[in-house]
Amino acid sequence: MKKSFVLFCLTTLFATVASASPASDALFAQYKAAGATKVDAAKAKKDWATEVVVDGEKMSCASCHGTDLNKPGKHHKTGKVIEAMSPRVTADRFTEEKKIEKWFKRNCKDAWGRECTVQEKADFLTFLIAQ
Amino acid sequence: MKMKNKIAVLFTGVWLMSGAAVAEESLLEAMFTPLRQKEVNPVSNKLYKNECGSCHFAYQPGLLPSQSWEKLLNEKALADHFGENAELEKDDLAEIYDFVMANAADKSYYKRARKIAKATEGGEAPLRITEVRYIKRKHHEIPDNMIKGNKDVKSLSYCDACHTQADKGVFDEDTVQIPNFPDWDD
Repeated sequence: MKKSFVLFCLTTLFATVASASPASDALFAQYKAAGATKVDAAKAKKDWATEVVVDGEKMSCASCHGTDLNKPGKHHKTGKVIEAMSPRVTADRFTEEKKIEKWFKRNCKDAWGRECTVQEKADFLTFLIAQ
Repeated sequence: MKMKNKIAVLFTGVWLMSGAAVAEESLLEAMFTPLRQKEVNPVSNKLYKNECGSCHFAYQPGLLPSQSWEKLLNEKALADHFGENAELEKDDLAEIYDFVMANAADKSYYKRARKIAKATEGGEAPLRITEVRYIKRKHHEIPDNMIKGNKDVKSLSYCDACHTQADKGVFDEDTVQIPNFPDWDD
């Protein structure tokens, strides 16, 4: 009885956030602890295409990942194919804490010339796992 | 034929056959590296393959000498890796650094890596694979329209655009297939 109740709760919990994983849950908790407040996926969607000039080149998230997140992207310099950001298409997306943080750090610097804030990361992660 | 003569003939034969090796390194050097193999040592480290290979072709460490890798694989250099941020966590960087240093061109017994080591022996530390003299020379005869002007190649740095077995460390001419130039042959 108890077991099935827990299972039921877990199922409904995960059903609400389409592709949440233990990794993304842990990160949301960290971002919250570090000062992130209410997440705003709509802002992240807008920010995705926000262009910033970095080293003389106009860059945005979409420069490499594209605007259709169900489709693969392409590295702006090397041309290497980047698997689709949507966890529905790329099953192992957002399942590893270390990997998510690593790419946030690198890509925010490459696209915007600075690290992203915890609020921005919380917004982006919410936006991306809902794809 | 006397034994002594036989040995002399055999030795001369070996000397002549190793003509290609002699061009880049002396026979003596070739003979004293008995573990030498063809081509370039394939990447055996998973972390290296994943980390470096997520953005570009995972260049085998044997494609550059250790003095080059030394300049590339440190925190500061990786923060601006040819214009990209490629920062690694400390532990990951340490593992990748150790793997690369142990397999750099000058540490390798693979023939092509040894030639690269030879070409950079004077302490030259090219940061780009495309700046290694041996590699430049090997591609000298390929016209620009097959590389730079070829929309499916673009640069010499995309090894695997033409070298169909580049990921295995095999760069032999016979494995080359230039996109949009199906008739190219040597």
